[in-house]
This record gives sequence, structure tokens and C-alpha cells, in this order.
Amino acid sequence: MLSAVVILAGLALALTTLLIAAARLVPSGDDGAVEAVERVLPRIQCAQCGYPGCRAYAAALVHDGAEINRCPPGGAHTIAKLAELLGRDELALDASRGSASLQRVARIDEAECIGCNLCARACPVDAIVGIPQAMHAVIASHCTGCELCLAPCPVDCIRMVARRG
Amino acid sequence: MVDYVFERHLSGGIHIPANKDTSTAQPIRRGFIPAKLVLPLRQHRGSPAEAIVQVGDRVLRGELIARAGPPPSAAVHASTSGWVRAIEDRLVLAGDGVQPSQCIVIETDGRDEREPPPAPWPAERAAQLERIRSAGLVGLGGAVFPTAEKLATPVPCKTLIVNGAECEPYISCDDMLMRERAADVVAGALLLTDLLAAPLCIIAIERDKQRAEEAIEEAAKAVNDPRLKLAEVPTIYPAGGERQLVELLTGDEVPGGHYPSEIGYVCQNVGTAFALLKLVRDGEPLLSRIVTVTGAGIREPQNVEALLGTPIAELVELCGGYNEGVLRLIAGGSMMGCALPDDEVPIGKASNCIIAATEAEVRIDPTEWPCIRCGDCAVVCPPRLLPQELLVAAHTADFQALNLFGLQDCIECGCCDVACPSHISLTERFRQAKRSLAMHDRQLKLADESEQRFERRERRIEEQRGRSASLIDRLKGEATDPDAREAAIRAAVERATQRRDRSADPE
Repeated sequence: MLSAVVILAGLALALTTLLIAAARLVPSGDDGAVEAVERVLPRIQCAQCGYPGCRAYAAALVHDGAEINRCPPGGAHTIAKLAELLGRDELALDASRGSASLQRVARIDEAECIGCNLCARACPVDAIVGIPQAMHAVIASHCTGCELCLAPCPVDCIRMVARRG
Repeated sequence: MVDYVFERHLSGGIHIPANKDTSTAQPIRRGFIPAKLVLPLRQHRGSPAEAIVQVGDRVLRGELIARAGPPPSAAVHASTSGWVRAIEDRLVLAGDGVQPSQCIVIETDGRDEREPPPAPWPAERAAQLERIRSAGLVGLGGAVFPTAEKLATPVPCKTLIVNGAECEPYISCDDMLMRERAADVVAGALLLTDLLAAPLCIIAIERDKQRAEEAIEEAAKAVNDPRLKLAEVPTIYPAGGERQLVELLTGDEVPGGHYPSEIGYVCQNVGTAFALLKLVRDGEPLLSRIVTVTGAGIREPQNVEALLGTPIAELVELCGGYNEGVLRLIAGGSMMGCALPDDEVPIGKASNCIIAATEAEVRIDPTEWPCIRCGDCAVVCPPRLLPQELLVAAHTADFQALNLFGLQDCIECGCCDVACPSHISLTERFRQAKRSLAMHDRQLKLADESEQRFERRERRIEEQRGRSASLIDRLKGEATDPDAREAAIRAAVERATQRRDRSADPE
């Protein structure tokens, strides 16, 4: 009887020590988790979730328990995948986050543009070209439709149009 | 005599009723000028042509009305004389289904006045290809790939295959062309052989087209060119598919995702050879094509040499009109054709056949049963795919599996649909899956690029911030420390002196 208690207690102690040591020594794999979550996001860096870029949102999802319904361009599809990946319940998209869509791109009205360069500075993917005081233009194939350039424009000359091709 | 006779040497494929007899009973009807032409700017694979005429312009037969866009593309010409009445978007038949395209609408005047004949056919190859490009020549077998681009082969052409197999049910335009214009087809084939500098030209004809075969044989005997050979291929669908025909004739399989021209074979349809001859001999760009108007819903099924842009309604009228009970109008053959929304759609370069199908000819019961994994589809699949696996992958939108099972190698021939005992519309699913796969790939590419651009931008902003911070540090130091201030002033005086010396002594 005594020997059994000793053996089991010893075994428990040894295994506990081993587990604690392993937890300390082996990296936790958080980066892996963040990366996996980032893969599920559209990665177009629209920042409509309120975080600066998709990686930041992925990190917030993994570490800070951010809500999974903050990604407008990803939509229901992304929410479903995040719910599966993070083991959370599916939610409806938080409509207040914005309306960015991969199906649209920004277009600058050439006649209205005053060349202030504010939109180019706001673009997260450098899709707007133009020098100060001259007309600016959106490179449609680089534009992700994030709408971040709309707010800074002082003359409201940027519109979202359907993406072609 | 026929030089090569092939027995079955094709993986997959099916035997189906040809349904060609009704349309080959009378000669090709020629010379019809419709009241109106609708000429789409996108009748070919690649980028659309660009209109160079305006509403109200008078155009002549053969006049260039839209020049080719960035390659691959093909020019569009007025098929007869008349006035441009509108330039607008309409539903048309492009290489890949019914799509909206900008169209030039011409009201014809019935006088068929021609452009003055162009300069004689040039001698250099580059100039010849340019002429073919500006003449709007495209492959008339159905894929409508611009001919000039197809003739500019990446490797020297070993064998030119002139495709007269015409394996798809109902279509008989190539058959009739070979019967009636065999000498022209052979002459066109030899022109293509010269253009490609190919040592061998094989004209391939299906076994069931005996009259066409005899006509071509006779024409070939008359020219007696050692490069020219005649091959008889088995009557099996889809022996006339480009990849299938290359494999059948040469034994070489065209690798997935590549063109036959990359391994030294070029396929051209007999109609294309005929169109090239007309361009070289008569200076006439591509203005017409032979269309099979058939199906039980047509009063007088026949082949018509139709001007490009002829509305299907006028063509049907020419063929005696519709019979009772037409259920569906199909452009193309019964296997790969697509249903048309109405008969206002014009004949384009891709329109080899128009079928007015009645109840007996189309499937009306849409019921599908579950896949029982019998494997019949895999047996008949010409590119040797596993349609049942692709179906599962398409259903679950598993893009990795779709690529793994070779969705891109599917030639959309429809054999699996016919073989499937559960009546599953496999080919349609695969078409849709190809579209969503392309969309998925585009989005993935945009995401990857966006991520990189975002990271580069972040780095750049960080560097700029670092640079301005160090500048501020330096200026602060100079402003507060007397020694540093002295040193800065001395350095500035030094620079000014040097500059003055340099400008005084311009050596």
C-alpha cells in the first residue's frame, strides 16, 4: 500500500516537473497561431478593423481576444473561418467597421484633384501615385478597395468604382 | 491515297450519334446579305478590338472598322458595305460563352461595294504575320485564337496539323467546306506550311467523312507536294480536339498548361486554311465563315456562308424558319455549345454551328442523382482526369485539390456528362470551378502583393522617422552646446569658402 502511494506520488511529481520544464523550454508557438490567423484574413491591409494592418488584427485576435467580426472585406466567409480556427461562436459582421470590398477600387476624379498628396500618404499599399500640386492617380491593379483614401481628401474627388477583370 | 490510317489510339472519348446528315444534304448557301450586321469587338480570345469608326460613317466591304488591341487580339472588318448606325453593348458569343461586348451595328445597303484591293502579299514572314493580324484572322475551329499569334511559334514547327476531323455532333461546316473547296483548303494548308516552314503537313479527317476525304485526296494529288500527307482518324468524340488530335497523330502528349506549339506541333482548322487562302489570293480579310444551321427545329437545315455579324434570326429565316417546338437555341455543337438567350445574337468568328433543338434533342429533366463513384467518367475522360474527385473538390471549393486533380487540364468536352449514370452535369461544375479558382488565385495574388507593399511602406516610414529623429538630435546639440555650435559655424564658413574658390577657378 505504502509503496504504491510512494510510486504514484513520485511519478506525479516527476511528470509535473517534466511538463513545467517543457512549457518553459519549448516556444509557445504564438507566432504560428498569429500567422495561421493572418492567412485566413484577406491581407489587404485596409485597417477597417481598427488595427494597423492584418497582422496586428491577427495578433489581437490571438492574444487580446478581439472580436472576430471586425473584417468587412473578409465578410461572413472570413468570420466562419476565424470561428473555426479560434474555437469561437460565429457572429454577424460588425457593420460599423466599414464597407471595404475587394470588388471595388478607388478612382480619382482628375478634374477635381488639387494634388494635395493626402490620399497617397493614407494609402496602406502605395497604390496612389502623384507629386504635390499635380494630378494624382490610383493604380487599379494595386488598389485593395480599403477606402482609407476617401476621408483625407479635402475636395472629395475619390469615388469607389467596380473592379474590372 | 490516304497516307496514314489510325485505328483507336485515343484515351477516353465516346461514340455518339453524329446528327450531321440533314445539314450536309444540300450545298453551302452563299451570297446572303442581311439587312443589319452586328459586329462584336470581342469575337476572339484575348483583348477586344478598338473601334475606329463613328456612328454615321459609311463603310465598304473589307474596310477595317476596329483595329486589334494589345496581343493576343484580332481586328474587325465591315463584312459588306453600309452605314454605321450604332456602337453599343450587346450580348455576343465570344470564345468562352455568351458575354456582353461592344458591337458596331451596320445597316447594309445591299450593294456590297468593296475596298480597293490591298498591296500584293508581302514576301517577308514578319510582314506576312502582320497582314494576317490586321486581317483579323482567328482559328475558326471554335477556340478563335488569333492566327498570327499562333503562327509565331516558340520552337520550330515539326508538323502542321490541319484539322478536318470535326468530331462534334451536328457540326458539318468543315465537312462541307472540304467537299466543295478542297483545292482551296489544300492550297491554304500549303500556305500555312510555308509560313511555319514546317517539313510536314498532315490533313486529318474523320473516317465518317468519306466524300470530304475523297475530295481532299484528289486535290492533294493535283498539287503533289511531298510535305502534304492525309490522315484518316477514327470517328470518336473528341478526336478533333487540338490536344487529342496531336496525341492521336504523333503519340506525343501535350503537357498540361502548355500549348502544342511548345513541343513543335501547330494545329489549324481547315476553315482557317481557307480564310488564309482568301486573304493571300484575293486580299480579302476575314469577313465570313461557314455556319451549320441545323437541329430538328430548323425547316431546311444546311450550311451557310454567313457574313460575320449576321443576326441568327436572319440566318434562321434564310433556312426556312423554325419548326414547331423549338426548346433551346444552341451556339456550337451539342457537346460543347452554349445555350443562347435569344436569336438576336450575331454570328461571330466562333460560330461554327447553330442548333435549334427540340424536346427530343435536349435534356429536359434536371434531376441529378448522387455520385455512386462508378468511375465511368474517368474511363471516358480524354485528358485522363478523375472527374469524380474533381466533383467533390468543386463542391467543397477545395482549391488545393482542384489543382492537384488537374482542373486546368479539363477540356470541357462533356464526355463525363454523357457517361455519368447519375446524370450529374459535371462539365458545368468544372466550368464554374475554373472561374472561382481563377478568382481565388487573383485574390491571393492581390493579398500577397498588398502585404509586401504594406510591409515595405511600414519600413520606409520607420526609416524616415529615424532619419528625422537623428537630424533633430543633431540640431538640438548644435543649439545648446557652445563647442558644437562653433564647430558647425566653422564648417559652414569652410564650405562657403570652398564653393567661392571653385566658382572663381572653374578648372
